[in-house]
Amino acid sequence: MSNEKIQAELEKYEASVEKAIARFPEREHLPEKRLYTPLDIKDTDYADELSFPGVYPYTRGVQPTMYRGRFWTMRMYAGFSTAEESNKRYRMLIENGATGLSCAFDLPTQIGYDSTDPISEGEVGKVGVAIDSLADMETLFDQIDLGKVSTSMTINAPASVLLAMYIAVAEKQGVPADQLRGTIQNDILKEYAARGTYIFPPRPSMRLITNIFEYCSKNVPKWNTISISGYHIREAGSTAAQEIAFTIADGIAYCEAAIKAGLKIDDFAGRLSFFWNAHNNVLEEVAKFRASRRIWAKVMKERFHAQSDKSMKLRFHTQTAGSMLTAQQPNNNIVRVALQTAAAVMGGTQSLHTNSRDEALALPTQESVTIALRTQQIVAYESGLADVIDPLAGSYYVEAMTNKIEAEAWDYIKKIDDLGGAVAAIEKGYIQKEIQDSAYKWQMDVESGARTIVGVNKFQMEEEPPKGLLKVDEAVGERQKAKVEAMKAKRDNEAVKAALADLKKACQDENENLMPHILAAVKTYATLGEICNVMREVFGEYEAHVSL
Amino acid sequence: MEKKIRVLVAKPGLDGHDRGAKVVARALRDAGFEVIYTGLRQTPEQIAEAALQEDVNVVAMSILSGAHGHLFPKVVDLVRKNGMTDALIIGGGVIPEGDIPALKEAGVSAVFTPGTPTSEVVKYINENVKL
Repeated sequence: MSNEKIQAELEKYEASVEKAIARFPEREHLPEKRLYTPLDIKDTDYADELSFPGVYPYTRGVQPTMYRGRFWTMRMYAGFSTAEESNKRYRMLIENGATGLSCAFDLPTQIGYDSTDPISEGEVGKVGVAIDSLADMETLFDQIDLGKVSTSMTINAPASVLLAMYIAVAEKQGVPADQLRGTIQNDILKEYAARGTYIFPPRPSMRLITNIFEYCSKNVPKWNTISISGYHIREAGSTAAQEIAFTIADGIAYCEAAIKAGLKIDDFAGRLSFFWNAHNNVLEEVAKFRASRRIWAKVMKERFHAQSDKSMKLRFHTQTAGSMLTAQQPNNNIVRVALQTAAAVMGGTQSLHTNSRDEALALPTQESVTIALRTQQIVAYESGLADVIDPLAGSYYVEAMTNKIEAEAWDYIKKIDDLGGAVAAIEKGYIQKEIQDSAYKWQMDVESGARTIVGVNKFQMEEEPPKGLLKVDEAVGERQKAKVEAMKAKRDNEAVKAALADLKKACQDENENLMPHILAAVKTYATLGEICNVMREVFGEYEAHVSL
Repeated sequence: MEKKIRVLVAKPGLDGHDRGAKVVARALRDAGFEVIYTGLRQTPEQIAEAALQEDVNVVAMSILSGAHGHLFPKVVDLVRKNGMTDALIIGGGVIPEGDIPALKEAGVSAVFTPGTPTSEVVKYINENVKL
């Protein structure tokens, strides 16, 4: 059918629906069109915009055969209480078929405070595992072969320290650094914009990040040095287009900082990875994942003149949307997570964490985590969604939506460029304000009923309070404190002092790469807090931009 | 001019999740209250001090990290010690049902859990603050 003929038929169709709409007025929050046709993608050139899996611009996926040879990495984010407890959970996950580890650290660890610091009171071991020194890291990976497992660590401001500890544990296991596989999140910009676990101001933070890029490109070449994260931006309330736009703008800022520090784009860009949210709207999410790959490929090729294919491939981890879990009727969350999993898989993710049903209430129980892992396995082995590559390509709607999200994201990226880049846009509060506005609009739509959340504002029922939630033992803080004190009494305190003094000197010299100095310090069993305090002294601390 | 209810929205502890705190703050402002938001990582001492300085009628705290059992009662104590005996102190966040009685016992008047409409918080404040 020619486009003219389709246009004529479409007009007839649109005229014909008026009667139906008079009887059944359409719901709110629907895509702008009720029907998509070849006309919506008539300007999309297959070779330029879609092409083939493993081929620029990678819209259809970064690997040539995607899941036909190997599924995504099923990576469950876990960690709580002490290193001993978390080590048990990791070994349980590996026994159950998880193919990668993902470490959650408690807030003091994420913000570079020891468990013994007064500010840590009440927080030790709560949202993740407490790591104070190399001794805890040794316990955390006890009986886990770091040469075999790939480990993702959700750590940002003190990422350099935790990575150094990981390298040191591996060394003790006899695994050389160039064999290590895994990821550190190491994405400070989204901490300022959305997640909140920052320590230092942007300039020294960017230095630490580029130091890691440089160190790993030479010494830990299989390590993903950053996971540029949209996940938390989305959790903070952004839209799908904002999620990828703000994150790619952050990615651009990291590349610019590394290039300014003297690195060549193809020396580090291949180890950059991304982290996306899998939200509730399945088709919109699939379009978002596809659009993100296309944008990054273009950014790398056109803006940074990357030559290597690896630099242009946006590889990403996905987590299902925590903010979409409901405390009401928590078993319904299993269904939400299954749909979000479907979106991540049809969108071509490289690894996936599925949330557990009880996470709007507490940390998940072992049973809930197992259901979440099984959800991935069911989608992988039973649903057929992983059997062909990029199965929704060619859908008029999904292709049009991919184009639309891409266009919206480019508009934001241009706006951020005009503001002076992501760092400046964050310092001006622009990104935070955009996210807050979207979050507020979402909440008001839920409260007005324009948006339905099953069990929350519709289909509610009386429920018994849920039983059997995981509770972190309140004594964990005291136990961990005692462990730190005992460790400090045993270590060579002169060696610690010398290593910290050396680190301080290195911090003061902008041209020095800090990684070797941090690695030397962790090997003396200097604590995370001691190391971060040295850096605080030299670098200062970030003052947040507070606005409503 | 009619006196407005003043609310301090506070984030005690190290938790960085402030989507809820900011949405609630804005909804309270849209409902006609004077709202001050502390920003992240406030110690109980800082929150009590801000409540005093800003002369608020309500302290609304949000925690999603599980540290509520430790931090909420501390804020209540310090606010009361500052002589603010009438201030209404409320909390919200990822707080298991089972923890709520102890928080109420400690002086947190109401605890709002995930899924609560902001209008409910507005209503609660209007009904429980006497100017």
